[in-house]
Amino acid sequence: MIKKVSRHIVQNELLIFEHSSPGKRGYQLPELDVPDVDAEAALGAQNVREEIEDFPEISEVEAIRHFTRLSTWNYAIDLGLYPLGSCTMKYNPRVNELVARIDGLAWAHPYQPEHLSQGCMEVVAALENALAVITGMDAVTLQPAAGAHGEFTGLLMIRALQEHRGNARKKILVPDSAHGTNPATASMVGYAVENVESNDRGMVDTDRLSKHVTDEVAGLMITNPNTVGVFEQDIKRITGLLHEKGALVYMDGANMNALVGVARPADFGIDVMHLNLHKTFSTPHGGGGPGSGAVAVRDILKPFLPGPRLKRESDRWTWNYDLPQSIGRVRSFYGNFGVLVRALAYIMAHGGDGLRRATLDALMNANYLRKKLEAHYEIAYQSPTMHECVFSDDRQARKGVRTGDIAKRLIDYGFHPYTVSFPLIVRGALMIEPTETESKQELDLFVDAMISIAQEVEDNPELVLQAPHSTRTSRVDEVTAARRPILRWKPSVQSAQAAD
Amino acid sequence: MTYPENYKYTKEHEWVLVEGDTGTVGITDHAQEELGDIVYVDLPKVGATFDKGQSFGSVESVKAVSDIYSPVAGEVMATNDLLTHHPEKLNEDPHGAAWLVKLKLPAAGDLSDLLSAEDYQKYIGG
Amino acid sequence: MLAVLGLPAEEDLVSYLSADVRFDGKLDLENGKSEYEIVDYFKARAARNANGYASFLGAGVYNHYRPVLCDVVVSRGEFLTSYTPYQAEISQGTLTTIFEFQTMVCQLTGMEVANASMYDGSSAVPEGAMMAARLTRRDKILVARSVHPEYREVLATYLKHGGLPVSEIGYGPNGLLDLDALTRGIDDSVAALIVQTPNFFGLLEQIDELAHIVHSKGALLVVAFTEAVALGLIEPPREADIVVGELQSFATPPSYGGPYAGIIASKDKFVRQLPGRLVGETTDSEGRRAFCLTLATREQHIRREKATSNICTNQALIALMATVYMTVYGKEGMRELAQQNLSKAHYLASKLPRKFDAPFFNEFVVTTNGKSADEINRELLVHNIIGGLPLDRYYPELTGGVLLCATEMSKRSDMDRIAAVWNEK
Repeated sequence: MIKKVSRHIVQNELLIFEHSSPGKRGYQLPELDVPDVDAEAALGAQNVREEIEDFPEISEVEAIRHFTRLSTWNYAIDLGLYPLGSCTMKYNPRVNELVARIDGLAWAHPYQPEHLSQGCMEVVAALENALAVITGMDAVTLQPAAGAHGEFTGLLMIRALQEHRGNARKKILVPDSAHGTNPATASMVGYAVENVESNDRGMVDTDRLSKHVTDEVAGLMITNPNTVGVFEQDIKRITGLLHEKGALVYMDGANMNALVGVARPADFGIDVMHLNLHKTFSTPHGGGGPGSGAVAVRDILKPFLPGPRLKRESDRWTWNYDLPQSIGRVRSFYGNFGVLVRALAYIMAHGGDGLRRATLDALMNANYLRKKLEAHYEIAYQSPTMHECVFSDDRQARKGVRTGDIAKRLIDYGFHPYTVSFPLIVRGALMIEPTETESKQELDLFVDAMISIAQEVEDNPELVLQAPHSTRTSRVDEVTAARRPILRWKPSVQSAQAAD
Repeated sequence: MTYPENYKYTKEHEWVLVEGDTGTVGITDHAQEELGDIVYVDLPKVGATFDKGQSFGSVESVKAVSDIYSPVAGEVMATNDLLTHHPEKLNEDPHGAAWLVKLKLPAAGDLSDLLSAEDYQKYIGG
Repeated sequence: MLAVLGLPAEEDLVSYLSADVRFDGKLDLENGKSEYEIVDYFKARAARNANGYASFLGAGVYNHYRPVLCDVVVSRGEFLTSYTPYQAEISQGTLTTIFEFQTMVCQLTGMEVANASMYDGSSAVPEGAMMAARLTRRDKILVARSVHPEYREVLATYLKHGGLPVSEIGYGPNGLLDLDALTRGIDDSVAALIVQTPNFFGLLEQIDELAHIVHSKGALLVVAFTEAVALGLIEPPREADIVVGELQSFATPPSYGGPYAGIIASKDKFVRQLPGRLVGETTDSEGRRAFCLTLATREQHIRREKATSNICTNQALIALMATVYMTVYGKEGMRELAQQNLSKAHYLASKLPRKFDAPFFNEFVVTTNGKSADEINRELLVHNIIGGLPLDRYYPELTGGVLLCATEMSKRSDMDRIAAVWNEK
């Protein structure tokens, strides 16, 4: 029985261009207080465009209805559990939205005089410090715009240090369980990628690893806990192995929600790591961004950090550009400041004890789900679960039902699916991360749903295979979308009948 | 689907039909089934040369990409335009109309390690 | 719940970790604060910034009025707190708005296909260069010195290990890319020329002439922009092969440098080499129109080390703000907005000694004599005006020059004040 959702009327809506008609307007500019300038005279006739062809023309009411209706077609954290593994879909505190919009912060121009930007610089300094404390590392940069961007920054620094020591080396080692950004980033930094196999406990196989570690290896990229939600128990031995051969260890901090206040990566030998502020530190995902990929480093990598760096001069902050060994900029200005404000607000709200409490709650929620679901789904590895649990669809596959189908049926029960088919080392993976902001009530609804679906797989597999049944859009044709891509609206093209 | 007797096969699921000094290359029915709905085929330019076992292109489904490895060494004489606009043909007729490339083979070509139709079917457990 | 797990206390969730990796101490952070204290803290930080000043800074980040609808729409929980639209059935809201965004970016830039956004303008530039290199299978990149200096720094960082050497082409006395230098500097090992219009000095580059030279050598033209409002009035770079740029003007206030939203757009035939997310139109099993992420095989989660880029997130929420902005202003509003910018900036420029005389949009370089740029700016601060950007840090050859920007938000009285301070001996 489905308890979390029921039928309701949901509005249809066309594309904005389909509401458009000449003369409609949603804006009003003030009157000019200076003379109007003839564009053609000022710019040259050939430089002035006739119009922006087919740009929408609609009223404010139509605009608000358009976007509001569209929003009702989305699932979101605000509607319930969003159990995507490694995405850490925790509650996005609304006070963070308020403080990010305070005029003095929101309207600060990156080039305005430093003595009129001290407030912004204090925020940056405070967050750098907090993240250094949390990770145990020596310095932090907040310049990278996202996790992958942070990986890029971290690997550039590793390369810079190796070059400084006389030999850039040739390879980066990446576990076969790693997220796709890891090898993609290593390639961008000019390294060859060598995969390291996991063992049957879902962790890096240290014996096999030691065979891979030669002096051709510049570094290892590791995720801890890894992508099956398991702490790499041999991590100190692993980092030791790499350090012995003069290589460094980069940690992908995507799963930091399992470690804050409980373990500090610096303590187990990590040299450089990124943090996803939009995961662990609650800044909103917003449908796919923005994020922020803070990077924390040990002292040995400090000289290579991207610039400029904050420097304290007598009683104020200043941006220091005198960084002879810096890798340079990875983006303009100082970082996704608006995201930094939200992350700092989150940390302030919790404090040291609160952050540790949040981590333990996250672990508890994930372990609770594992315990409740283990009888019905095949747990991928017996190792202790941290903040996310990974199952395989082995049992259900016997009835011809795969993880993707179960995920679609979960939608009918009112939830967003878990992460499907990742990591690749698990056959038909179901990767579930509840986070700490879910109540037992919500988790029990999820457990009930998953158990019910497991039963449906036995009794009525077709129901699961054809899911979802209750959404206003059923399964979409991804094949045609890839074979004959339509990537923009055009006025003369008749699309398939709009939602009926 | 039958596996033509006069084709030779590889363990990476390609086939080659040798006629004089021309080799026509494609992927097997088993391969297209494993890949699922094919959405795009990436083929080399005419005139490019490849060693035996070298990747000369790739085949894409919605969620995966597979490299295609040349079963023989040769120079690309033609690529199959049909697949540019109709990649689905590769699912429908992988052994016939949806060949990938035609290669000019060098005089001393080595086909000895390629599988016969019977051996290939045994290999895939048919 | 602990009972279900058979554990006496929450601490036991981590007791299996060995002592040498576990942290049993207390994080050296202040105790948790109430909502009121947090708001207070940030208000105090904001008070230590510029408040109540009229700013005439541009240089890649612009002060434009943001329609109220922008924040209203993105504050809806369904947009704010949702994830990347991998599950199409329950993400049609996000997917539809991204499809609209991709369409509007094409309409604005004159290109045929656009992706769902990049981190920002500065990182979109090297992505455009790498895309051109893949397409042409050549490795040299030329970049105009009149491209935003921080964008050029980011380009250098990205391309350092990509095997793509970068050379700069200077500007002439008119402030525009030197066509003779380009003709001398380009050959058929060049993959692309990167040029910005309006350029960093606010001037309109001669795109048609540049395209002719670049294409005659089989190279690609990558055109960048930092001031999106200009495209409301200025002919877009239709001769470009790839357009990259920054949409901050439409989306967010300056926010001390981010988050912003970049764009990358190109001709249709290059689509498979575009980095980042793409949303496509399709149908569901009932034949209804629907949208989904597509052409994912370009991306990192499938291609891994052979991906077109390592990019994973886009800037969905910022792109949505920009979509709302573009919708509210619409076809006529975008033009009127650009027209106002033009008029305001030309009014201010008419009273000041301009350095370059090529056509400009809403930014321009002014020379100083007698007083230094810093002196003038200090005087302006007394009148609650933040003046332009002194150029000496980025262009030593233009020391004494200042880059000023006026937008629809600039007031005549402030501009008159600037002129007075500038022109008094």
